[in-house]
Amino acid sequence: MSHVVIIGNGIAGITAARHIRKFSDKKITVISAETEYFFSRTALMYVYMGHMKFEHTQPYENWFWEKNRIELKQAYIDEVDFKNKKLFSADGEEISYDQLILATGSVTNYRGWKGQEMKGVQGLVSKQDLELLEENSANLKHAVIVGGGLIGVELAEMLHTRNIEVTMLVRENHLWGSVLPAEEGKLISDHIQQHGINLLFETELDEIIPDENNHVKAITTKSGKQIDCQLVGIATGVKPNISFLKNTELETEIGILVNRNLETNIPDVYAIGDCAQQREAIGNRKSVEAVWYTGRMMGETVAQTICGNPTAYNPGNWFNSAKFFDIEYQTYGWVFPKKKEGVSDFYWEDKKNQRALHFQYKTDSKEFLGINAFGIRLRHEVVDTWLTEKISIENVIQQLPKANFDKEFSKKFSKQVQKSFQQSQLQKA
Amino acid sequence: MSRVQYNMALSGQPPQELTVGQKVFVFVGMLGLLVLLLATFNFQFPNKALWLSLSLGAISVGTIGFSWSLYANRSSGIKNDGVWFKSLTSRGLWAWIFGILITLFYVVLYFFPQYLGLNSDADNTGLIALFDPLSKMLSGNPASQWFVYGTLYTLSILLFGIKFIWKYRHSRYEIIRTISVMFFQTAFAFIIPELMARLNGESLKLPYYDLKNIWPLNYYNFEQYRIDGFLNSGTIGLALLIFGVISIFVITPILTYKYGKRWYCSWVCGCGGLAETAGDPFRHLSDKRQVAWKVERWVVHSVVVFVTLMTTAVIYSYLDYDAAKYWLNKDMFLGLVALLLTLVFGWAMLFRREELQKDAQYGAIGYFVIILGLLGIHFFFGNQLFLFQAETLRKTYAFLIGSVFSGVIGVGFYPIFGSRVWCRFGCPMAAILGFQQRLFSKFRISTNGGQCISCGNCSTYCEMGIDVRAYAQKGQNIVRSSCVGCGICAEVCPRGVLKLENDSPDGRINPKDVLLGNDVDLMNYVNQK
Repeated sequence: MSHVVIIGNGIAGITAARHIRKFSDKKITVISAETEYFFSRTALMYVYMGHMKFEHTQPYENWFWEKNRIELKQAYIDEVDFKNKKLFSADGEEISYDQLILATGSVTNYRGWKGQEMKGVQGLVSKQDLELLEENSANLKHAVIVGGGLIGVELAEMLHTRNIEVTMLVRENHLWGSVLPAEEGKLISDHIQQHGINLLFETELDEIIPDENNHVKAITTKSGKQIDCQLVGIATGVKPNISFLKNTELETEIGILVNRNLETNIPDVYAIGDCAQQREAIGNRKSVEAVWYTGRMMGETVAQTICGNPTAYNPGNWFNSAKFFDIEYQTYGWVFPKKKEGVSDFYWEDKKNQRALHFQYKTDSKEFLGINAFGIRLRHEVVDTWLTEKISIENVIQQLPKANFDKEFSKKFSKQVQKSFQQSQLQKA
Repeated sequence: MSRVQYNMALSGQPPQELTVGQKVFVFVGMLGLLVLLLATFNFQFPNKALWLSLSLGAISVGTIGFSWSLYANRSSGIKNDGVWFKSLTSRGLWAWIFGILITLFYVVLYFFPQYLGLNSDADNTGLIALFDPLSKMLSGNPASQWFVYGTLYTLSILLFGIKFIWKYRHSRYEIIRTISVMFFQTAFAFIIPELMARLNGESLKLPYYDLKNIWPLNYYNFEQYRIDGFLNSGTIGLALLIFGVISIFVITPILTYKYGKRWYCSWVCGCGGLAETAGDPFRHLSDKRQVAWKVERWVVHSVVVFVTLMTTAVIYSYLDYDAAKYWLNKDMFLGLVALLLTLVFGWAMLFRREELQKDAQYGAIGYFVIILGLLGIHFFFGNQLFLFQAETLRKTYAFLIGSVFSGVIGVGFYPIFGSRVWCRFGCPMAAILGFQQRLFSKFRISTNGGQCISCGNCSTYCEMGIDVRAYAQKGQNIVRSSCVGCGICAEVCPRGVLKLENDSPDGRINPKDVLLGNDVDLMNYVNQK
């Protein structure tokens, strides 16, 4: 019976373990330094805000693992001997494997700022980060968050529930500029400001200034402004957690390089989830995708390969979702943040109810390319079909009611959107 | 840019303290309760009508003011900050104190009403006397302990209903649903029965009847004194009796088929009404473990069997004593019961067996055999029906289920076990509706493709202890007999994954086994295995 060892118990590693168990009788060991049991990383914020206790973020009861013969091991692997198929933990333990799945996830991407290692500077990725944030929150009056993306907004929301004043430094002129077009960026920027968060646009961190105990006292921005604060939240993205694999024969770049079958350059070694980097990016996707859903899909895929059914990672239409304070966001297909040649836009916004839809389609063929939804829930299955069948924007607008996944009795939006679309077409014509 | 005024002393602290405004409103509400407490200890208020109004007024001002200070100045959206930090809502000291106090109230109410001022041969005293003016205004009669309870119960649903609407004001579903439970409690459970009592006289001897209270929730509806009351009240009485019968056998299955059991449990029912309003701060305390689900299924279905046996025995015991009045005789009645049970059992086993879990099948077969066996023994050997006196069964049920389970445990333990303990583990009505909902209904909670991130908000805030996430993260729809359709899972979901809806019954349990996002051929492979 061969032994599959998975390093990392996040969504990618655990999905792989579950599916390998479904299809085989292999011995499965999941190693994690972070926690004993799998938990939902995306839910850490709710623990800090008091919506849930940590145990509620664990999707499976503790008996599940033994029942399914998935062995859990809490250890920090700091060395891999690929030749002899052996792992070495920080405590000196030695673990042999037949097949190895690397699912080590991400770490905060510090950009080399002066003072970034001092006390009171932290990211939010791991459970340990959450515990540190709890510690750092005592007597915290003002926090500066660097970065206007998802983790930045999450951090702001978390700290806000504890009456901590929050200032966000945002590189672009609206939030999450690398992903959201200006209209949506403005919509959520306004919403977050209404909640009392200070947003400083086109502002970047220059330096972190310590007090006498080497704890954050203030920061300066690149434009020379000094802001007093006791916490600096680093939310400028994450990077693959692969430092322990440097200087081995494993090929890495930003992440661990894999082919479409999620195989690394070393036989019987696979990489999935945030830590994997596709040798060739798939479609419009990034080569490193640090998203819950892609982690899950790669876990499903690699399990097939390991169980004797070599399968390529073949993600379907892109989708993602998030929540910015009270506004939910869903996206399907591609909505490009910057104007793109040959791509047209249709944007509809209902200011009063803080709802918006942003459609993009090919200018010439009218083929529907993607949609951003704010304050509106769309039916995944329906939009996915539209994308797969490459239907036209006119058909999408016409069939919009089919995609409504809002709660019963919610204010409808389709008619307004359809009217607004007709007007926009007339204007263009 | 708007800036929020912070109380700097609290910066960085988990949200668990009350603000000054909230403390003031708690104090006002407590003053109102103090009047009730003083009355209980026989403090003589000079003008009862005035003091009762002052008391209930202070309670109302306190509760509504508290809600106002909690929600009015905050943007609409999910308000669960600090739920697990606050002592009252996380099984802390205040939760235990509060739980013990309500439990004590229920024990006194059910078993020692004399301490509330109920005197069998004399005028009311104490707390009950304080409510006499209101009762006389409505029904013309002095109050009873049940009138006091009904008034406070209705007031709770109204006041905490307002709080709930404020809290969920971004959701029309929650607003409409809550207005519905507030209406049904006030009109059907409180005012109409009191007015009906006013109509009673020589020609009309209607029993106290909350029309939305359906057997087996009102397990006593077919007891002899009520049947006599109905039959002695002419056409109206007969109509009410027929309504009581078709409520459970006709109306209930139709509405559950169309809308799921939520039409009753979270839109109409009084027990559900209290759980959804006053109980809302405790909804997350329900037990989500799989073992709790197993216990739930056995206990709640055993209660159904118990109430069926008890009611059958009770009706049987008084049939035939006056042949002119009851056209139904004992044997015909037992035959009908056996026929009905056989039909339901046969239908479920023949057409829905693959949807029943193994233990559900064993349980159904076991109970069916036992009931028919008992009927058979009686038929062939002429023993006591069901081996016990009908009256013994009735008293045991009324004590164990009707009082201890639904009241003392069901409400008294809100702050410890959550708000729906009774509905989940004890209510035979919920079990019957759940059976209908699971096996023939258009209702389901749809899961939105592959958008679930397993965060756990849905499961945590499910008052029925359903592990919603277990289904959502697999892309499965949620079709569970216990789901009361409160809709809170869909509210707290941060990714828009859940939607309560009525749609075609075909394939509602697992319409798409494919977790969207991944290559479909691969998922076909997974599904074939």
